[in-house]
Amino acid sequence: MAEIVIKNVAKRFGSFTALHSIDLTIADQEFMVLLGASGCGKTTLLRIIAGLETPSQGEVWIGGRRVDHLPPRERGIAMVFQNYAVFPHLTVFENIAFGLRMKKLPQAEVDARVNRTAELMHIEQLLRRYSGQLSGGQRQRVAVARALAMEPDVILMDEPLSNLDALLRLEMRAELKGVLANSKTTTIYVTHDQVEAMSLADRISVMNGGKIVQAASPVEVYRNPAARFVGSFIGNPPMNFLPANRSAAGQWSVAGLDVPGPAAGDALEFAIRPEDLTVAAEGFAATARVVEPLGAHTLVTAEVGGQMFRAVLDSDLKVSPGDELRLSPKADRIRWFNRETGLAAG
Amino acid sequence: MSNPTVDVPRTVSAGGAGRFLIWASIVLLCAWVLVPIYLLMVNALSSPAQVSGFPKSGLPGFDFASLQFFAGFAGVAKALWNSILVAVLTMALSIGIGAPAGYALSRFDFPGKEVFRMLVVMTRAFPLPLLALPLAVMFIRTGLDDTALGLALVHTVLAIPFAVLITFSLFSGIPLELEEAAWTLGCNRWQAFQRVVLPLVLPGIAASAVFAFTISWNEVFAAAVLTIENRTLPAFLIQNLNVSPLHLKFAGGAAMVIPALIFIFAVRKYLFAMWGIANR
Amino acid sequence: MPARFLPYLMLLPATIFLLVFFVYPFIQIAILAVTQDGGFSLQPITTMATHWKFNAALGWTVLLAAVVVPLQLVMALSMATIVTKLKTGRSTILYIFSIPLGLSDLAAGIVWLAIFEQSGFLNSMLAGLGVIEQPILFLGYQNIWVIFLAVVLAELWRATAIVMVILVSGMGLIPKEYYEAGEVFGANGWQRFWRITLPLLRPSLQSALILRTLAAFEVFAVVTALGGTTLPVLMGETFNWQFAMQDRNVASAYALVILGISIAATLFFLRALRVPKGATI
Repeated sequence: MAEIVIKNVAKRFGSFTALHSIDLTIADQEFMVLLGASGCGKTTLLRIIAGLETPSQGEVWIGGRRVDHLPPRERGIAMVFQNYAVFPHLTVFENIAFGLRMKKLPQAEVDARVNRTAELMHIEQLLRRYSGQLSGGQRQRVAVARALAMEPDVILMDEPLSNLDALLRLEMRAELKGVLANSKTTTIYVTHDQVEAMSLADRISVMNGGKIVQAASPVEVYRNPAARFVGSFIGNPPMNFLPANRSAAGQWSVAGLDVPGPAAGDALEFAIRPEDLTVAAEGFAATARVVEPLGAHTLVTAEVGGQMFRAVLDSDLKVSPGDELRLSPKADRIRWFNRETGLAAG
Repeated sequence: MSNPTVDVPRTVSAGGAGRFLIWASIVLLCAWVLVPIYLLMVNALSSPAQVSGFPKSGLPGFDFASLQFFAGFAGVAKALWNSILVAVLTMALSIGIGAPAGYALSRFDFPGKEVFRMLVVMTRAFPLPLLALPLAVMFIRTGLDDTALGLALVHTVLAIPFAVLITFSLFSGIPLELEEAAWTLGCNRWQAFQRVVLPLVLPGIAASAVFAFTISWNEVFAAAVLTIENRTLPAFLIQNLNVSPLHLKFAGGAAMVIPALIFIFAVRKYLFAMWGIANR
Repeated sequence: MPARFLPYLMLLPATIFLLVFFVYPFIQIAILAVTQDGGFSLQPITTMATHWKFNAALGWTVLLAAVVVPLQLVMALSMATIVTKLKTGRSTILYIFSIPLGLSDLAAGIVWLAIFEQSGFLNSMLAGLGVIEQPILFLGYQNIWVIFLAVVLAELWRATAIVMVILVSGMGLIPKEYYEAGEVFGANGWQRFWRITLPLLRPSLQSALILRTLAAFEVFAVVTALGGTTLPVLMGETFNWQFAMQDRNVASAYALVILGISIAATLFFLRALRVPKGATI
């Protein structure tokens, strides 16, 4: 059992505040992804959980034990680093065995665990090699194997795939998902890649400016962003936003179109994902500016009410730059945000 | 741009005349470095009579009389022993004191770090052998005068800026991530240092130790000022320069040069890395 | 929280060491230079300044540095440029070039003594060529300029290596793209050297020049080995006053002069070769 509870954790570096009072609970065996742009505090939070960084305030609990004043070695965690941190002076075998030797496990047990994890990560043929003789992908496998061999309650991963090339990243992602699902550990995984986050996570914590903006399942984060930031950060292309003004009770005027919306509030923002737009007789008056045929569909960047507006349309549709279109939003996919706070409304 | 033929002479020179010129100057420069050493060796390997003979052929006589005379000369054996003793002490002191400082500078951010760096860098703007003058007084009071340890302390001042800056660059070359990985795998700070950092920096530390040894081995002024009975080899030679015969000087010179050649050969791989960082 | 004190603990030995054996002694030098019979006095400085050898020693020392250091810079720059152009044999040639780096100034003096002394190799060669019949006494007191030349050669021979090593390391830090960009924008080899290499090499040039100029002010054993006391230099006079005349106050006054010109030279190079903030590689 390794539930992780983070209570009111903050981190300040001098006058810079990297984390503002974070509260987060990660369930036992959950796969939690911390997602955000660089500088949002996600790595700092991970390092605080690992014990590589001391929080300025707050508590960290792992498996019902308060650990924020313990060194990393006493927290029952294992970590996979961004640059893998495979020890260059040791063989792959000794790298994987490193933590087990620190635990003073008997040699037979060390051999068994190293061989088992090496097999799991498909590196059993590399055990005699040194780090310098390995490719980036192989080093990555060694780093994961080294963490798994510890049979930890918690595995922490700091952008583990960011140094791999695109194809290898795809392959490793699928493999990681399988391996970690079987390992029964609680996993915290830091990334700035939203696709990686969506594909791996049970839950995603979207971070911005040292705060967790939303912590929810991938689909929830995508469909119901808790804040404008989440909608603009997740999705490629991201959500479209247009200012909305109240025209009547529950009626909002958006770029010349009357849209039913929340009853409360007076300055809202209308939001819709590009794939939730269709060409119809009724809708936003749009002028196509850039047309990008992407095979499966066509991405049209248009102008609506003087603002940039993207739509993912059927590739059979013939659109040229300069064409006038009517873009109709799917009613059940419309989201509203408060224009001042940026939080979801209605 | 105005001259479209710019690229033509470049390609020609790369293969022809320019190449010849480069190699000719390399041969010349190598001769400039090596011939004087060779001539010293010729003298060292000739008999005393040959050394003062004229004219010289430029070939060694392969007579060890000069070297034997040098080796048997009163005080030489002791001076050699003192040189080694002082150099070893300097090596141990400068690494023992400098390496922890280098590690702290490379791994921690803390108030006062810049002040310490300034102190280390400042030593470069001072003619350090002059330290021997006031320290001579201090050493007489503390009983360190004319001892190997006293001189080694002065030589350590000379060697410590290098020890700090070189070890700083060595430790900085080891990613912090490796140490952190060791911490998450069950090591405390000391174990992580011992098992991960130390094996990786050991060759570099050895090179900077040799460098410290060489600094001490070669130092003349402070050695001459601070020692009377327990002279090091350079102090012994300079003190006896105007009274010793030529063959003794040349044999002594050779005795100083040959170990230095070996030292430089031993640390040649690190020479450039050390200076690349040490001059920042 | 012991981790917070760890860096200070690790710096402590080095700091104490430098305070006791570096800062304190230099304060002592300054005090000794203005002390006579236990009280404050400018006598040591007056004694030094009015001694007949003082002006000569200061003059020769500064002249030696003024001749040796620029020549070394040019030589080292050429050596470094040649070496960086090499593909084959680079490490061997670098090793040979850097050999003198490990030699002491005393050894260098003795090496060049073998060439310049009366029965030495220069006379032998001249006799072999039939230029002279009798060996010439090059290093006699009547040939002070020959002694000076011999010292210059010995210093060039010994201490150019360190400048070269610093410059080669410095050149290694300049990314190739700058040269490629220079080439694309039409700079020839010579222009690239002047407009790209030299400006970007400023930090290395700075430390090499400071290091070498200070060492040139400290010149001692080379001069003693080649010219005895015929060619007076500051460090040699310091040694004389400390030993032969047994007057450590005047010796300290000399030390103060060396210290003064050293600091002046350092400040000069720090200013002259200053790199604007943000203009580093």
